[in-house]
Amino acid sequence: MTLSEGSIGRSYRIGRISLEEQVTRRLEMLGMTEGTDVQVLNKKRNGPMIIKVRGTRFALGRNFARGIYLEGNSHE
Amino acid sequence: MNNHINVAFAGNPNCGKTTLFNAYTGAKLKVANWPGVTVEKKEGAAKYRDLDFKLVDLPGIYSLTSYTMEEKLSRQYILEDDVDVIVDVVDASSLERNLYLTIQLIELGKPMVLALNMMDIVEERGMEIDLHRLPEMLGIPVVPVSARKRTGLEVLLHAVAHHKDCLPHGFEHHHEQGSHPHPHHEEYAMVYSDEIEDKLDLIIERLQNAYPDMVNYRWHAIKLLENDQEMIKKYPIQTADILDRSYESDIINQKYDFIHEIISEVLVNKEEKSAGTDKIDRVLTHRIWGVPIFLAIMAVVFFLTFTVGDWLKGYFEEGVGLVSAGVLQFLEAIHTGAMVQSLVVDGVIAGVGGVLTFLPNIFILFLALAFLEDSGYMSRVAYIMDGIMGKIGLSGRAFIPMLLGFGCSVPAVMASRALEDRRDRLRTILVTPFMSCSARLPVYVLLSSMFFGKYAMLAAYSMYIIGAVVAILVELVVSKVDKSAGGHTLLIELPEYKTPNGRTIAIYVWEKVKDYLTRAGTVIFVASVILWFLLNFGVTGLVDDMSQSFAAMAGKWLVPVMAPAGLGYWQVVVALISGIAAKEVVVSSMSVLYGITNIASETGMAQLAGVLAQSGFTALNAYSMMLFCLLYVPCIATIATIKRETASWKWTLGAVLLQLGTAWVVSVLFYQIGRLILG
Repeated sequence: MTLSEGSIGRSYRIGRISLEEQVTRRLEMLGMTEGTDVQVLNKKRNGPMIIKVRGTRFALGRNFARGIYLEGNSHE
Repeated sequence: MNNHINVAFAGNPNCGKTTLFNAYTGAKLKVANWPGVTVEKKEGAAKYRDLDFKLVDLPGIYSLTSYTMEEKLSRQYILEDDVDVIVDVVDASSLERNLYLTIQLIELGKPMVLALNMMDIVEERGMEIDLHRLPEMLGIPVVPVSARKRTGLEVLLHAVAHHKDCLPHGFEHHHEQGSHPHPHHEEYAMVYSDEIEDKLDLIIERLQNAYPDMVNYRWHAIKLLENDQEMIKKYPIQTADILDRSYESDIINQKYDFIHEIISEVLVNKEEKSAGTDKIDRVLTHRIWGVPIFLAIMAVVFFLTFTVGDWLKGYFEEGVGLVSAGVLQFLEAIHTGAMVQSLVVDGVIAGVGGVLTFLPNIFILFLALAFLEDSGYMSRVAYIMDGIMGKIGLSGRAFIPMLLGFGCSVPAVMASRALEDRRDRLRTILVTPFMSCSARLPVYVLLSSMFFGKYAMLAAYSMYIIGAVVAILVELVVSKVDKSAGGHTLLIELPEYKTPNGRTIAIYVWEKVKDYLTRAGTVIFVASVILWFLLNFGVTGLVDDMSQSFAAMAGKWLVPVMAPAGLGYWQVVVALISGIAAKEVVVSSMSVLYGITNIASETGMAQLAGVLAQSGFTALNAYSMMLFCLLYVPCIATIATIKRETASWKWTLGAVLLQLGTAWVVSVLFYQIGRLILG
């Protein structure tokens, strides 16, 4: 599953990122590396979401969230 | 000089770097652009004991790659200019993410001090940072400061003075114990995996042979291993056998591994209490209420701009009236000729004074924008608007330059640089000037108070909405034509909400007010004088009747073009043309054209309204003129900025023509339909 399918209030672990090379690097630099925990704080249907990674909140567009794959199961 | 220290302030966006910088320099700072690029460079000075500090505020950045202008410029400045000490400002409440830049800065190999800002937020959340272990692991001194409460400021300068000759030094490495020894690594805080370290050693050896004068081989080697395009061009060496691929991702990951280690040792009691920010966000970024709340906030902003601004404006008008009368009396007393009197009173005071009276409105508007930005709300707007912007193929972030456009188009066009995609950037630049900037406000206030009585505020407010709607419609057309449009590619940090800092806001607003005053004293002054000459001289020399002047000739030539929009008056045409110098000039031109000294006062407006009404200029014409002012060619400064940012004359010219065409079509449509309805 990808981050865009994540639900509000749950935490996940980031797996592979499959986006344009430069965008992937940007996301990694901001701390979204493989194995990092990510929490979904808010999201709009078919719209962007607010996530928290390494203590920082980011707003993330739908097309980016779709390229971020998740590992394992979610936890509260 | 021994007692002179150059300090560079570096840090992430939203880390409180500018607040800290302002705490030292106050309003006494020099704002210019970095050579060759339109990135702001702020310089200031501070004194501590007998030491003089020159402080430079680098742009807020997340890393030191060559992907963005800001990052390239920061690393180049630190490496090549004489920076004695780097002050790395770190947001303690977001330590993990902030340390990524810290580690990159340490790798630049300059003396460095870490200023740990926002410790109060960390404590509020029930967390603690081990201030002994952190400097040990990083190999640089750490000073806790609070830019807002102004604590730790002296200690920081003290540390800077003491460490200007100390290079960062790493001690014990708990992370990634290598399988074979790399004895020289004890100097570095950050040591990579054996695979990468071995490659670094090989590259360093080649760099040493090829560039014996290079400073900091290790940093350059890391950049080459990251496949950094700028460094590859600058220092070409044979690396094909070492670089089988880009190691950028590995390097980023290993840095974060190290950071994770630091955090787990340094951050005590990591149990976070629910932060206030999340509670506020639950309301402000609500799925349904987010957009209405945003619109309500903007309505309040403009309401304040018009009401409070207008109330203060009254005092300014009295002031201008007094100055004008005083100067006239003085000129008469020293028996100057009628022509000089006319130039000074009808030309300069009418022009510059007319614009100055709008200072209160502009002051309030910028105050509100500063408040939105410093509180942390501005970046939420990107999230709130992402859905709507996505429909026209743009990211919600493109809305921030558009919002800033309400203040001034120049920084707004520059702000579009934050967009990741070049096509998004160009498209944003194209429509940003449609957002009604503060310089257009005087035109609306003048025309609407003359013609719309108690609905004046509504008429002026409608301009802002129409501007935004036109911008979105134009984008809609563009996205229909340009099928490749992306959208939904938002990426922006949402900082903690905070009470805006008085000092930061005061300095921000003062910069804008100073800018407005400077423009009144330069561009508008010169434009007023030139216009006065063009109005008082014709082919026969000095003319008594303005309609025989050069300006009138030019204006009359364009009258047929503007007549369908209800603007077929040569005076109006001349005012609009002169408005290209700066939009406020439309107002000053009207006062010069119609010879009214205190145009923004009640008597001045009544006078002008009378003259205009006589020539058949009604409320319909007035609104059409407001529409035209809103949409036509942006001012010279904006055109120049568009050229610099797009680096293309084709785009610049295209943008100007698009805006001119839109203005003409919209005002003609409005005027013709209006005439049909009103009969």
